[in-house]
Amino acid sequence: MELTRKLEILADAAKYDASCASSGAARKDSRDGKGIGSTGGMGICHSYTPDGRCVSLLKVLLTNACLYDCHYCINRRSSNVQRARFTPEEVVQLTLDFYKRNYIEGLFLSSGIVRSADFTMEQVIEVARQLREVHHFRGYIHLKTIPEASQELIEKAGRYADRISINVELPTQEGLDKLAPEKNLANTKQAMGGIRAKIEETVSARKEASQIRNAPRAKAPVFATGQSTQMIVGADESSDALVLARADELYRDYRLRRVYYSGFSPIPEPSVLLPIKPPPLVREHRLYQADWLLRFYGFDVGELLPREDPNLDLELDPKLAWALRNRPLFPVDINRAPRELLWRIPGLGTVNVERIVAARRHSRLRLIDLQRMRVSLKKVLPFIIAADHTPRVAVLEAANLRHRFLPAPRQLELNFNAPPPATPQDALMALSGQL
Amino acid sequence: MITATIQPTFSAWRGQARELLQRGIRPEHVDWCDATQTPALLMEEPAAYTARPPTDIKVPAEFLNLAASVCAHTDARRFAILYRLLYRLTWGGERHLLSHPADPDTRQCQVWAKAIGRDIHKMHAFVRFRLIGVDEATQREQFVAWFEPEYRIVQLATPFFRKRFASMDWSILTPHECAHWDGQDLTFSPGVSQSEVPDADAHDDLWRTYYRSIFNPARLKVQAMQSEMPQKYWKNLPEAQIIHELISSSGERMKQMIATPERPVKPMPDNAYLKKLHGRKRGAEGEG
Ligand code: SF4
Repeated sequence: MELTRKLEILADAAKYDASCASSGAARKDSRDGKGIGSTGGMGICHSYTPDGRCVSLLKVLLTNACLYDCHYCINRRSSNVQRARFTPEEVVQLTLDFYKRNYIEGLFLSSGIVRSADFTMEQVIEVARQLREVHHFRGYIHLKTIPEASQELIEKAGRYADRISINVELPTQEGLDKLAPEKNLANTKQAMGGIRAKIEETVSARKEASQIRNAPRAKAPVFATGQSTQMIVGADESSDALVLARADELYRDYRLRRVYYSGFSPIPEPSVLLPIKPPPLVREHRLYQADWLLRFYGFDVGELLPREDPNLDLELDPKLAWALRNRPLFPVDINRAPRELLWRIPGLGTVNVERIVAARRHSRLRLIDLQRMRVSLKKVLPFIIAADHTPRVAVLEAANLRHRFLPAPRQLELNFNAPPPATPQDALMALSGQL
Repeated sequence: MITATIQPTFSAWRGQARELLQRGIRPEHVDWCDATQTPALLMEEPAAYTARPPTDIKVPAEFLNLAASVCAHTDARRFAILYRLLYRLTWGGERHLLSHPADPDTRQCQVWAKAIGRDIHKMHAFVRFRLIGVDEATQREQFVAWFEPEYRIVQLATPFFRKRFASMDWSILTPHECAHWDGQDLTFSPGVSQSEVPDADAHDDLWRTYYRSIFNPARLKVQAMQSEMPQKYWKNLPEAQIIHELISSSGERMKQMIATPERPVKPMPDNAYLKKLHGRKRGAEGEG
């Protein structure tokens, strides 16, 4: 099979993995003139496809032949998709050629499972090994690992990769039993625990190595700096509360860098076991917003999703929805309130909270100051007190406060009831500005 | 009134600003001009200074970084506002000015610096190298790229490429300034026109194949793409040539997916590993 055709099949097979991050790697570069590449600092999105997703890595499968039967996946054994397989050398060459042209920041490699978990992992590791050891590639490598693979192989993968990931796929074992009968949550967690231990061991060993001043300098061990995972949303019945509770557990217990949420979307080889109707794209977006609130704003899952209402409001962002349920806490005085309370004001992000805390040391803040920080006044006004503003009690208590924040009706229709934007033709028109 | 006519670079501004500051010239008495924009004006004789110059001027490192960014901007007010900020930081005694994000001068400079940061980031992302040959003597591959940044960021943005692509020879050409790396030195030369750059690379087709295949037609979000990759960059991105095609065919592809008859579940193949997996699971369930 021609290389172009293989690339077509094996990139198509990989596109359902939402992860694309290339940030958070240890600093390395190629100034020594050997090899190529660098990592460290902010990740770079080298392109965007019309589905709004960033292209930062060459994301491919080594092969899309697979023994497993995960029903949301185009590569499952029950699918009639055409199968292909790259040789390790082909992936290595593609990565280097793309990298030198600055198309990408590195490689994200995963694979369908052939023969066994260990056999598959060995193939994947071989690509990373060649890149690092033969070509001195210093760009980003993300390897997908298989929880059933041996600890030894997972550790080997971690030595070459900047990031490793295992997808939990669905938040509950019941969901997996139905849709991914070969996958097992307990195995996944156990493997994640092993990776976490290895990452932490490496971090402390590195610290130690850097503290030893005497020559010969101890060589710091190398291991991936982070792990991440993905959950598919809308393929089973799981509520947002279940999804977020699982994510929260993974962040806490396994120190994951990121949990990706991937709204299930129709695939070319549909399975009888899957819903025909995909969830609205906005659900995925709301989950990401809630995820940020958990990680950076001090919220916990129960606050965002009270028991009687286990799904996120699709029309309002989760912080705003929380604030509307907790109005007695407002208004908050932006000139006095502690950070933790400022974080809870709808429309204020962490960056602006820092600006407010810095600025109020100099003067009492007025609305004009917020405006200069590009805060959306429309959103914050009912919830804050500033030097020249106190909201009328009636506004905050009004039963129709929610309506103030709903998008205009036409947009509502566009955003939430139909897959946005309405048709590809509309999208093209919007692009060219022609009618 | 003093007219300070300078080349529009950070180092020119810094030299001039240092001198004015030492003489205690107040910001409202300086008129900053870009030498490339105005007919050459002589700097007027300064009025005899009235204030005692501070023995040594200290500014936070943070200010110098900010100033280097702001000078790369093209807003005509940048030199004047930057000088006012500098004056207030030193003579004005407002030493914490930079940590005061509600101050209009600080804020304005931060907004400019942010635009510069974004432009640099986009340059790191959207430069596309084309292979033009291999140096016979050194055997190093040689690449050229054409890029059109919004601001004067070539010197700020290119150290990144040196770190990443140290082992290849490359030139990045832009309308204002060009950067060249030969494995030893990073050098700069005046801007050129696009006609000097080859307009394709043999790998562009393979790259477009990848771009086409990684796109998911079931999740069209054109707005999201455009806000991160504005149309002004498209003309120099090989993959952007197929954006229209991808968008216009996505509706049809989506319909096909939905119309495809659902595939039945296939029985488990005769595979030892799979059997072990399923067996273990059943075992675990039995115990629990
Ligand atoms: S293991 Fe499951 S998700 Fe992974 S490629 Fe195979 S079928 Fe797809």
